[in-house]
Amino acid sequence: MVLQKRMTFNKGFKDGLIIGAGYLSVSFSFGIMAVSNGLTWWQAVLISILNLTSAGQVAGVEIMAGLGGPIEMMVTQFVINMRYSLMAISLSQKTDKSMTVPARIVNSYVITDEIFGVASSQESVGFKYMTGLGIMPVAGWTLGTLLGAVMGNILPAVVTTSLAIGIYGMFVAIVLPVCRKSKTISIICIMAVLLACVFRYVPFLYAHISSGFAIIICAVVSALVGVFITPASELKEEADG
Amino acid sequence: MDNRYYFFLLAVMAVTTYLVRAVPFTLFRRKIKNPRVKAFFEYIPYTVLSAMTFPAMLYSTGSFIGAGVGSVVALILAYRGKSLLIVAVGTCAATFLVSLLQMFLPF
Repeated sequence: MVLQKRMTFNKGFKDGLIIGAGYLSVSFSFGIMAVSNGLTWWQAVLISILNLTSAGQVAGVEIMAGLGGPIEMMVTQFVINMRYSLMAISLSQKTDKSMTVPARIVNSYVITDEIFGVASSQESVGFKYMTGLGIMPVAGWTLGTLLGAVMGNILPAVVTTSLAIGIYGMFVAIVLPVCRKSKTISIICIMAVLLACVFRYVPFLYAHISSGFAIIICAVVSALVGVFITPASELKEEADG
Repeated sequence: MDNRYYFFLLAVMAVTTYLVRAVPFTLFRRKIKNPRVKAFFEYIPYTVLSAMTFPAMLYSTGSFIGAGVGSVVALILAYRGKSLLIVAVGTCAATFLVSLLQMFLPF
């Protein structure tokens, strides 16, 4: 039992390694961005430790740099990070008995796009796995911010930017095998990508809708279409299984 | 930046971000029974990841062509069922090589 628990933690830790490596490069550019907006290195690092989110932090630093007010900060963070609420409910469907209320209060902190993506590809999610999974991403996110803030110009850009794409490669590796098994999921995934392209390439939408909000719209609309096009017989099967 | 202003806004930011995650995760503990609602929450992870990946992946590096090649490599490796780590490393390596080539070739 103890061994199994340790293995679960270790599996989470291992699964978190790639995310941590990806975060290292993404937060590196956040560190550079924060310092160039007038924050000190420790102010940038503290933001990363306490928030653990990319789009929200970039928006937050922009608000601080523009001396914005607390309401603006609250509403912006709420809208950009609202997708985490959706992910939290989705993840709740996969949690096992070890996910008690105190465990949830702790693990909530590490619900990010990437950690959610990896966690929800598991059969079930427990406290040990989720805790292990969060360690390297938090470490990578914090360290990357520190490195970016302190020595952004030392590493050649070609190295740091090539590391940044790895995290997307990982997403592809999560989604594609599932698409091969389910026709419905492959249809809604293509649809989500097409919608994301609309938000990216229609200038008015790109200028006025934040990336966090665009992701929510694309994902929710596509998933709803998926529910609508799934035959009733298949739905019943999934509910039983 | 003035420290008092910084700490005040940091607190607002961190508390909002945390509550957006913790409130639904802590309060919403029951398993969904309705098959359609259940299906919705099964689909959400994949549609979120899809919408987050394309087209953003193509702009995630300094080189559009490098990122494009990296994306194709990712799709091929993932289609062949390679592990997350292999796909991620292959994607980075392909992007790095193409970006490096671009620095030395005149196109």
